[in-house]
Amino acid sequence: MELLVASAIGLLTAVGAYLVLRRRTFPVVIGLLFLSYAVNLFLFVMGRLAIDKPAIYSPDVAGYADPLPQALTLTAIVISFGMTALIVVLSLRGFLETGANDVTIGPDDMQRTFGSQQKRSGHE
Amino acid sequence: MNNWIILPVLLPAMTAAFLVLAVRYNLASQRILSTGACIVLLAAAIGLFMLASDGVVRPLYVGAWPAPFGIVLVLDQLSALMLLLTAALAFIVLCFALYGWDQRGPYFHPLFQFQLLGINGAFLTGDVFNLFVFFEVMLIASYGLMLHGGGRWRLKAGFHYVAINLIASTVFLFAIGLIYGVTGTLNMADLAVKVPQVAPGSEALLRTGAVLLFSVFAVKAALVPLHWWLPGAYGAASAPAAALFAIMTKVGAYSIIRFDTLVFGPQAGPLAGVIDPLLLPAALITLAVGAAGVLASTRLLDLVCFSVVASMGTLLIAVDRLDAPGLGAALYYLVHSTAISAALFLLVDVVASERGPAADTLRPAEQVSRPMLYSGFFLLAGIAMVGMPPLSGFVGKLLILDATRNSAHVAATWSTILGASLIMLVGYARAGSTVFWAAASDKLRVEAVPTLTIPGPVLIIAILLATTALLSLFAGPVMAFADATARQLLEPAGYVSAVLEGSPATPGGSP
Repeated sequence: MELLVASAIGLLTAVGAYLVLRRRTFPVVIGLLFLSYAVNLFLFVMGRLAIDKPAIYSPDVAGYADPLPQALTLTAIVISFGMTALIVVLSLRGFLETGANDVTIGPDDMQRTFGSQQKRSGHE
Repeated sequence: MNNWIILPVLLPAMTAAFLVLAVRYNLASQRILSTGACIVLLAAAIGLFMLASDGVVRPLYVGAWPAPFGIVLVLDQLSALMLLLTAALAFIVLCFALYGWDQRGPYFHPLFQFQLLGINGAFLTGDVFNLFVFFEVMLIASYGLMLHGGGRWRLKAGFHYVAINLIASTVFLFAIGLIYGVTGTLNMADLAVKVPQVAPGSEALLRTGAVLLFSVFAVKAALVPLHWWLPGAYGAASAPAAALFAIMTKVGAYSIIRFDTLVFGPQAGPLAGVIDPLLLPAALITLAVGAAGVLASTRLLDLVCFSVVASMGTLLIAVDRLDAPGLGAALYYLVHSTAISAALFLLVDVVASERGPAADTLRPAEQVSRPMLYSGFFLLAGIAMVGMPPLSGFVGKLLILDATRNSAHVAATWSTILGASLIMLVGYARAGSTVFWAAASDKLRVEAVPTLTIPGPVLIIAILLATTALLSLFAGPVMAFADATARQLLEPAGYVSAVLEGSPATPGGSP
């Protein structure tokens, strides 16, 4: 089972790393998702693999699964969920404003505002 | 009494929630509340700073859970220094933002407070996973602040910034997983006890976890080769956001200092000095790349961003020594670098907003309204950033050169620091003369505003510049505190015993 879990984590990480290096925003977002899946699984098994063991200690059970990684995984899931929602919205806004889902920043994009007033000053 | 330690975390959290829920559409109330919260935070930080200056490590057991099991917040001299620096910078930057920058988009003030919550929490926590959570709070607020003001560039640069930080967070979790899997604890004081006792078979796993952990901090601290996000993100952010971000790179430096002294310090047995082969070369290359970037910049903002990269390199060169003079010099330089980076980001925004379509590009353009004032400020800021006398950059660099005098790598260190200073000096001189003098010498010259009044935003930049002058003037007392902090850091046993032995007796406490 160790081999199965370890290779699953490795595969998810490899897929994530490949997709993150793509040029379009959509594969990058999916790649980040795969990376967070991989790390959630990794966190979950860091308390060692245990089958059919209770997570809560009581005197009449022989062994129990480490509950802390489960709590950590829950926290990590919540955070990665929020972050993924944010980056999806961000890439959608980027697509709607620029009309392309390219990750690179071209010279046309390098326009920003300075100062406290709503006046636009950019670079040619 | 120790309960006050949680105030720098609690106050911004409550303020931010109240700002979002109660006064979302009322900018005036938001401004009053946000400024009020920043003043109280500054007062609390000063109080905690004075409390911590007696050299006692004060833990706060959240929910009265005993130490290795519950979350613990720890106030020592380093945390207190970082809290005070954050609160002071936040107050000054907020005052600047009140001159209209905060109405360029919604939710500036709540995001600002959430950002402070994350930064303060990261400085206070004594638990690795809690550190991760506070990093995420800090980052998600910084995503919002970076996008403040909107526009194509910010959206695209923001995507890069978010993506690289999500990858860093994933690596952080892998590191936490490895460290917990080997040691069975996430409490930093408990880790300091467990790491030296690691079983020989698990040493390689723990070493991998430690290096992954430091690589995450290196991303935050913009160490080469993990620095490329910084010029993109800070160069696109609005002025107050970029100025506040000056403390965010310092969070990375703080984490490196904390873990390199407490958990993976010289007392860590087989794991002692786990990043020693990497830290000094990375810091030296960071300084060299930063200086080259300063010289190669075609825009003022790039110039400032690469100066920040270079200053992080200088700072971590001093950290590498892990002795009292080195760490003391690093802490002095940290305070200086935060103040001057913020001042430069604000100054560049004010200058660029008056140059019409040329904005911050390094080419002759319209004359700014107050050429003497702005060019004088740029000169002072450049002097401080490059490290020329008499401002604090010079004192900081001198201290770092002195601290590395007996190092085995003194030739490489000194030649890089001095060579980089020269290159940066040329970069700043070129930028200043193009932006301010070239304009004055041709037909683009316009009549300067004759009045002697100084606009509010410029006055705030003057305060930041005055800080670096004061840092230089009162270098003695500041260094005395930095030395005391360094000595406290170099004796992690005090930290460990304060956290582990002061625990409440019963789990959960008595009702």
